[in-house]
Amino acid sequence: MAKYLLLKHYRGAPNAVNDVPMDQWTPDEVDAHIQFMNDFAARLEGTGEYVDGQALSPEGMWVRSDGSGKPPVTDGPFAETKDLIAGWMVIDVDSKERAIELAGQLSSAPGAGGEPIHEWLEVRPFLEYAPTVTE
Amino acid sequence: MSDTADVDGSLLRALAPEVLNVLVRRGADFATAEDALQEAIVKALKAWPDDPPRDPKGWLITVAWHAFVDLARSESARRGRELRVDAQPRAGEVPSVDDTLRLYFLCAHPALSPASAVALTLRAVGGLTTAQIAQAYLVPEATMAQRISRAKRTVSALDLDQPGDLATVMHVLYLVFNEGYSGDVDLAAEAIRLTRQLATMSDDPEVAGLLALMLLHHARRSARTRPDGTLVTLAEQDRRRWDETLISEGVVLLQAALARDRLGPYQAQAAIAALHADARRVEETDWVQIVGWYDELLRLTDSPVVRLNRAVAVGEADGAPSGLAALAEVPADFPRRSAVAAHLHERNGDLRTAARLYAEAARDSPSEQERARQTRQAARVNQLLREETIG
Repeated sequence: MAKYLLLKHYRGAPNAVNDVPMDQWTPDEVDAHIQFMNDFAARLEGTGEYVDGQALSPEGMWVRSDGSGKPPVTDGPFAETKDLIAGWMVIDVDSKERAIELAGQLSSAPGAGGEPIHEWLEVRPFLEYAPTVTE
Repeated sequence: MSDTADVDGSLLRALAPEVLNVLVRRGADFATAEDALQEAIVKALKAWPDDPPRDPKGWLITVAWHAFVDLARSESARRGRELRVDAQPRAGEVPSVDDTLRLYFLCAHPALSPASAVALTLRAVGGLTTAQIAQAYLVPEATMAQRISRAKRTVSALDLDQPGDLATVMHVLYLVFNEGYSGDVDLAAEAIRLTRQLATMSDDPEVAGLLALMLLHHARRSARTRPDGTLVTLAEQDRRRWDETLISEGVVLLQAALARDRLGPYQAQAAIAALHADARRVEETDWVQIVGWYDELLRLTDSPVVRLNRAVAVGEADGAPSGLAALAEVPADFPRRSAVAAHLHERNGDLRTAARLYAEAARDSPSEQERARQTRQAARVNQLLREETIG
């Protein structure tokens, strides 16, 4: 088994094929999209491949230490040009091919006009634990 | 009761504070006694479904006492000291109501952070297991266990001769109630159970007000979400699905509390919930009275969230322009402000501003449910605008 992180971006990813902002869809299209996402997670739980997932607020900031005894320095909100992650899902699958297959399904979530969004998702393998058998 | 299998653990949880008190009365220190109780609860959850005890309380006391002796022995061995506890318990006196109340005060001590107080209260007074609490708050069990032992270290170091702080206890129970439902433990129901118990020990009308508030909100629960988990707003709820029994209990409690003429924020919030419960259809809502209660609430506890909710009520009672004027007193970046502003602008006929604000509300939503709802609102108004342009 191998764990993969699927990342969805608010911005920074290449443009989706069906690239219409969600508030310009019809209410029914919004419902259909949410239903698709819920069903997707439920299906992965059913196949034993779902680990975890969370949506992230677009708000946030950069933080770094400014030396001992001083409060950390913050910088934010994020600039409009910054790559921004919208959410993540961790899956535990048999192969890289399966990870790609699932990300492809997730990317086909319905959007404006009921057509698939075909958005770009980032698929990142976890670094694994060192195996027990090494020779 | 002796033949009850107690499969849902409710009897077990109800007995928890009593058992803890018995241990403390027999000379056990709070922190170790609480660990021992937890061991007994975990054992009971395993053993009782197949082999229900004849005397559940006696069973718990015996098992918890043995666990305490074991824990104390290993602790004293670790410190290289003589074992000070007797292996055989002294004849235990019956713990009084005051003992249980003291437990509430201890577990929700103002020295604890809210998250720690919540965890300790649920475990020591509520009788939940660490695993159940961790699951309900979506953190790893080890994290929750650590949070609880740190909380116990904090309270162990305190001088406990001072009177307890009822306001903190109520706040902790309110936080538990508001966390709602996730996992196999129903936190809202647990909060109601613990507040009910608190109400038998304290005659403060605010405790009754808090209980009424919880019951009145709990009554709407099945109407509040759709099968797919999306939120249904108060205005859209099917009011036939509200729980009449809970509503009447809440209203009776509230009326008795209000009659004592010591108003507080929980009673005022319960009064608002009761007025909503009283309207069989949303159009029958007495918004003028609701605004009156928000004014009381502002007087008792001025906060942006009260002002925000008041603006909604003012918009219903006196029209959208008045609501927008009331909204001007809420800070611009306050959560849910743009959602309320969008709603008021829509009612005022300004669809373009409403659509923009709904989209803004979706972007700034603190929860996924709220985001889905506001996105749908933006989509709906934008659709109206498109139809307007075509028509």
